[in-house]
Amino acid sequence: MTDKQTVALSINGESFDVTTDTRSTVLQVLREDLSLTGTKCGCNNGVCGSCTVLVDGEPMRACLMLAVAATDREITTIEGLEQDGALHPVQQAFIEHQGLQCGFCTPGMIISAKALLDRNPNPSPDEIRSELSGNLCRCTGYVKIAEAVLSLTGGVAE
Amino acid sequence: MSANLADNSQINDIIGASVPRIEGPEKATGRAVYTDDITRPGMLHAALLGSHYAHARILSIDTSRARALAGVKAVLTGADLPLNYIGMFIKDQLPLATDTVRYAGEPVAAVAAVDLKTAKQALQLVEVEYEELEPVFDVIKAMEPGAPVIHEKRDEYPCMFELPREPNAMCFTEFMEGDPNAAWDECDAIVEAEYRIPAQYHAYMEPSSTVAEMDGNGKITLWSSTQGVARSQMYTAMAMGLPMSKVRVIAPRVGGGFGGKCEFTNQPITALLARATGRPVKLTYSREDDMTMMKRRHGGVIYMKTGAAKDGTLLARDCRIVLDGGAYADESPEVSPVAAFFSRGPYRIPNMRAEAWAVYTNLSRASAFRGFGNPQATFASESQLDDLAEKLDMDPLELRMRNALEQEDKFFCGKTIESATMRACLEKVRDASDWKAKRTGGLPARRGKRRGIGMAGMTHISGLAGAGANVLLNEDGSVSLNCGAVDIGQGSDTIFTQIVAGSLALNMDQVNFAAPDTDSSPFQFQTSASRNTYVIGNAVKLASDDVREQICRHASEIFECDRADLEFRQGGIVGVKGVPDAALPFAAVAGRALWETGGPIMGTHNWLYAPQERMDPKRMVLGGFALMPDSIGIFTFGAQVAEVEVDEVTGQVEVLEFWAAHDVGRAINTASVEGQIEGGIVQMLGYALTEEMLWDNGRMINPTMMDYKIPGMADVPLKIHTLLIESPEASAPFGAKGVGEICAVGPAPAVANAIRNAIGVRINEIPATPERVLRAMLSADDAG
Repeated sequence: MTDKQTVALSINGESFDVTTDTRSTVLQVLREDLSLTGTKCGCNNGVCGSCTVLVDGEPMRACLMLAVAATDREITTIEGLEQDGALHPVQQAFIEHQGLQCGFCTPGMIISAKALLDRNPNPSPDEIRSELSGNLCRCTGYVKIAEAVLSLTGGVAE
Repeated sequence: MSANLADNSQINDIIGASVPRIEGPEKATGRAVYTDDITRPGMLHAALLGSHYAHARILSIDTSRARALAGVKAVLTGADLPLNYIGMFIKDQLPLATDTVRYAGEPVAAVAAVDLKTAKQALQLVEVEYEELEPVFDVIKAMEPGAPVIHEKRDEYPCMFELPREPNAMCFTEFMEGDPNAAWDECDAIVEAEYRIPAQYHAYMEPSSTVAEMDGNGKITLWSSTQGVARSQMYTAMAMGLPMSKVRVIAPRVGGGFGGKCEFTNQPITALLARATGRPVKLTYSREDDMTMMKRRHGGVIYMKTGAAKDGTLLARDCRIVLDGGAYADESPEVSPVAAFFSRGPYRIPNMRAEAWAVYTNLSRASAFRGFGNPQATFASESQLDDLAEKLDMDPLELRMRNALEQEDKFFCGKTIESATMRACLEKVRDASDWKAKRTGGLPARRGKRRGIGMAGMTHISGLAGAGANVLLNEDGSVSLNCGAVDIGQGSDTIFTQIVAGSLALNMDQVNFAAPDTDSSPFQFQTSASRNTYVIGNAVKLASDDVREQICRHASEIFECDRADLEFRQGGIVGVKGVPDAALPFAAVAGRALWETGGPIMGTHNWLYAPQERMDPKRMVLGGFALMPDSIGIFTFGAQVAEVEVDEVTGQVEVLEFWAAHDVGRAINTASVEGQIEGGIVQMLGYALTEEMLWDNGRMINPTMMDYKIPGMADVPLKIHTLLIESPEASAPFGAKGVGEICAVGPAPAVANAIRNAIGVRINEIPATPERVLRAMLSADDAG
């Protein structure tokens, strides 16, 4: 049997003491221990980006990060973007521009888009292509995702 | 014009608008519930053991050590299950292999345990003794006399059609018109070639998943990532030996399907585990299990020969399509006839023969996948047309214009074309892409690159099978729609809500879309065949019109006026024309219906795509197949252009810009239609350039998203231009046709033709990986 350990995590501004396997990933803790199921598991291999969360503001693959490694760091998931019941502008833009279809990649995509805009408020279309290339989407063809992000910069899609 | 369009006067601003997805907020906030997000009290977790061998006899399975592991609640093998074969056209599959395994990864044992880790540990304790059998992986070898026979009891399976004699064949179809053998002599130019197409993985972002639970009365409830709740219900009931009334299937949000979640996924085995344990069971495939155990697009080989007169008039074609159906039939016996049916493309070719085979091999199952055999056939035919144009010294676009189907022409095998818009599509894409200048003027390329432009014409269908819809007027005047249709991401929930809102002059938020649930939804075939907007949309429209009629009946009695004097005002109000004060909210009418006649106002309607006209038997030879291709729907048309750059040193192809003109009948939700087209194109740019399932001795060697490369945002252009042609279809709701598949038919040949234009070599085998392109460039240099 594997060892259990209690990990102190700060998620979306709330503190949790989670007793979980020492080998649990952030993704497992979010989904299985805390029922924060907005973060998705698409490959569990660090490739598809569906599990992207912010760790101290940086986009990270929750499936590749052990929960113990997130101790004392601030995790933001898709559930943490709304403020006082209002959608985050990135969420609003994805809805308005139909930058989502099946929605499975959407939480990770929105998190990556937010991280990009936090770092660079005026990305060019090519910067968006490059920065969001780690989040795979099989439905949209990416055009409307880029349009959603560009709508927040005042830029226009090519 | 049909009755469906008769009350166009009531179409409000909702039809055609880019209304945001009704489920947008839940998807953007992470609140959308997919199957794996569901937890039930006492729920167990399941995992499957896949076969190590591609073809082997199972001598014994020892599960005693696995059963003894703490936390394991059930270990099932084929011997524990009823021998209830399931399948669409040939019932050749069991939920777990019994006696023989036919592909590496085929499930041989299933475990349910208190957590996933324990379940996976238990799998390692299951001991299977195999006797290896000779496998066959190549479709051509599988058809040779003396090839290993994959299903020794093939002829004993329940089957809906006559099987070919060849023991590994699932289906053979032949269509013929005119006299191709005689016509070759009249041709001034003839090209012939063999094309190879890869197995493509659906790669929906959400791996297959099912949660199953049995209640105290023995009824099973499933939550599942499926393209059709009724299909999942039927196959699960069949596998379990239960009546369908004992199986309930609910579809939560579905994270993509593309054909891969049609028919059944892992519903039957999950339900069997729930019955065996008496507890809720969740089975979510790991990505690797999904890639090795689930389904894929048919790879194969296509031989094609086409001839034309000097002026470019197409005269003859011969085509032989051999598709790798994999270890079990699934939908292959319909995919291969559809491939043959579309092998003439959107053109007149008076003398044509096409044959298609679906063949068993020891690879994973091939199935429905966006385009359903058509992208394969069209890769061959559209590649070949460009080579023919070159031989004739013609612009490939002109060649297509000259032969494009016109209104008076018949489709291959004789069906009437509803709306012949092929030329309009070609013209639109020609003008938008500045085709003539780019094709004749040469294109400036970056240093070390060569640039080219290529195109493809395409046709597909929208239709298939039946649909029901119930539209219920609630007591407060709001409306609930229940049609059992599964939105796999394409946006049909929003489209149907728009149809109801548009028909009854309601606002979007006054309409509730009920989740698909076999306990309450009317029959719905499944999300496939570009059918939701057209077929289900018709049922929704007619059910809404029914509600309208009933509202009018009550309102005319209340106002004591003629029904012709009534009008619907936006927001759920019925009133008298020209009398602003004479206005009743729907709630008043709904209340009257409840309390004066004793029941709610409910519109209910079925709709079936039932062609009045069949394929003309005099115009063709027929082989055996499962479903007449004339029953699959109305025709749609499109044309696409790709501009690419090829790296001279590495052979890497980059698509710089893409144009797609499609006749959509009428766009009910413009942004959604664009999204379908953009998504279909990008999925098939993967098919054209990078996606290929690879096996070594039957074991998949790239079963990860790292090694099986689907396009990311940096791999594809953002400059994808969708050009909508709106030629309303008389039999369609508000004129709208399905566009989900046709957009996926053309990208691969458009890219291959652009590569040809850029570097002067023909890529007959996709994906056009850097290695293949470079090899083609080098051998062309050698030849030169």
